[in-house]
Amino acid sequence: MTIGYVVRRIGIFLLIVITAVTLNFFLPRMRATNPIESRMNQLAAQGGVYANQIQQMVKIYNQKFGLDKPLWQQYLLYWRDLLSLNLGVSLAYYPQTALDMIARSAPWTIGLLIVSTLIAFVLGTLLGALMAWPRTSRIALGLSPLFMTLSAIPYYLLGMLFIYVVAMRWRLLPVGGAYTSGVNLTLSWAMALDIGKHAILPAASIVLSSIGSWGLGMRAMMTTTLGEDYLQMAEAKGLKPQTIFRDYALRNALLPQVTSLAISLAMVMSGAVLVEVIFGYPGVGNLLFKSIAGNDYFVIQGISLFIILSIGVVLLALDLIYPLIDPRIRY
Amino acid sequence: MARKESRFVESLGRYRLLIAGAILVLLVTLFGLVGRLFVPRDMAEVGAGRPAKPPSAEHLLGTDQQGRDVLADLIYGTPTSLEIGVIAGVFGVTLGALMGLIAGYAGGIVDEVIRIIVDILLTIPSLMILIIVASMLGAVSVEAMALIIAALAWMWPARAVRAQVLTIRERMYVQVARFNGASNLRIIIGELLPNLVPYLAANLVGAISGGILASVGLSTLGLGPMTRPSLGLTFYWAITYGALIRQMWWWFMPPIIIIIILFLGLFLMSQGLDQITNPRLQSKA
Repeated sequence: MTIGYVVRRIGIFLLIVITAVTLNFFLPRMRATNPIESRMNQLAAQGGVYANQIQQMVKIYNQKFGLDKPLWQQYLLYWRDLLSLNLGVSLAYYPQTALDMIARSAPWTIGLLIVSTLIAFVLGTLLGALMAWPRTSRIALGLSPLFMTLSAIPYYLLGMLFIYVVAMRWRLLPVGGAYTSGVNLTLSWAMALDIGKHAILPAASIVLSSIGSWGLGMRAMMTTTLGEDYLQMAEAKGLKPQTIFRDYALRNALLPQVTSLAISLAMVMSGAVLVEVIFGYPGVGNLLFKSIAGNDYFVIQGISLFIILSIGVVLLALDLIYPLIDPRIRY
Repeated sequence: MARKESRFVESLGRYRLLIAGAILVLLVTLFGLVGRLFVPRDMAEVGAGRPAKPPSAEHLLGTDQQGRDVLADLIYGTPTSLEIGVIAGVFGVTLGALMGLIAGYAGGIVDEVIRIIVDILLTIPSLMILIIVASMLGAVSVEAMALIIAALAWMWPARAVRAQVLTIRERMYVQVARFNGASNLRIIIGELLPNLVPYLAANLVGAISGGILASVGLSTLGLGPMTRPSLGLTFYWAITYGALIRQMWWWFMPPIIIIIILFLGLFLMSQGLDQITNPRLQSKA
């Protein structure tokens, strides 16, 4: 790994950050309407404030948030606020800050997505390896079209099917939410069981629809690996088929899969906006959906920035660590 | 004669995934195109029937909470989603192919800049950008949505084409053409493009399916065109009016089934094309 590579990679990361922040700043301002004005109009429509007061309130808020200054000054102020971790306040749930709201919903998303991504990875990789392995029984092979079909269905539609069949018709599991509503969050086995029960359906819809793509990736890698000389050598030595499968084929085909896994884990934050919305799961995706519906611009901006930054950081770390793990990679 | 036939059967076997997929996609397309000959447009409008009624002889798939005929809504909505996907896919792949050709053929600093742009855009989840852009722009038209999706669909094709160009341009026949004094443009159009067609086809199917997926997802969130029926908009209304809780299966099941047939078809087509272009996947088993 050369210094040049490291510098280039960090440069790209900084470019991503600058692009994201700049877009995040300018996109909302390209709109003809002022975010505060549209929020106020929405409130007026709901009977929250009187229409004749709106203009005055908009003026006050514009001053407060610095929206009356020239654009370049606002842009610099935006950077200053970001660097001091100030993402602004929620317009819909004032005086909560955007950062607080994101911090409260992030653990739900991270928990749900990491667990389901890992399960899908293990099952899918194993399935893919077996699909490429010539000695696999017909029964196991018969399962693969099922998972390929499932992988063609978007997560959230599978989720809708589950809600209707499992939660509504059979009444086996809760319809939505992350825990029984009205219950205070405590640290207990009963609570953990409750949270687990609520997570089964959203997790299952993510797992079932992503097993197939993990399987396809692994099958391709496994097919390549099976053609390698060291596999023939292992066979010629008379090793047991299980040993060849586990220690020679699977292990070597696994590496690119692990890279994809790391990338998927980096994307966890944005992974399942629609699943969260369908299940009313209180994660980042659902917060984004509500903020869009409520014209809550600072929260929308905060979430998008948060997601892009988290992905950028994880991918940067991955790219810098990876050459150390895999000696075959040279930059 | 017999020999010819067996070769036909053989090639049928080779293309069976592609053909099966194309048939499924065709079915969904025909559903929209033929359906409108039998069902008038205003059946898909609010108040076309009594609201929230299960299937009957009058409304074969029942009505939704606002009185739209569900069958009519799907007949007029399915083509909208297909249209967005096709426009986004064609524009995305064309742009991607162009970028990939330029990057691969020009090399040097141009290649470097294009690669950095691709790397950056691939890092940022496109659905997230689409959600943000669509929410900031407010109501978008069908065409605008297709172009926004296309603007984020060109990176994979660009990457694939660039990689192909890099290997093809060193091949003998391209060298020969160059020694014969052919211009760059002529080499690109005459020698490179024909070899890239299968890759572009596979990429196009992938981009169309990605475009449909993105457009249905955005519309389901209420961020798509609200004035023309589309599959995503049907989901949006179904979720907004609690179709799941009310157990109005005739409302949300049919669009789910259409989407499953459509994506399965596109998936089989891309697998079929992949098998043809990527001989490594043609396993001996």
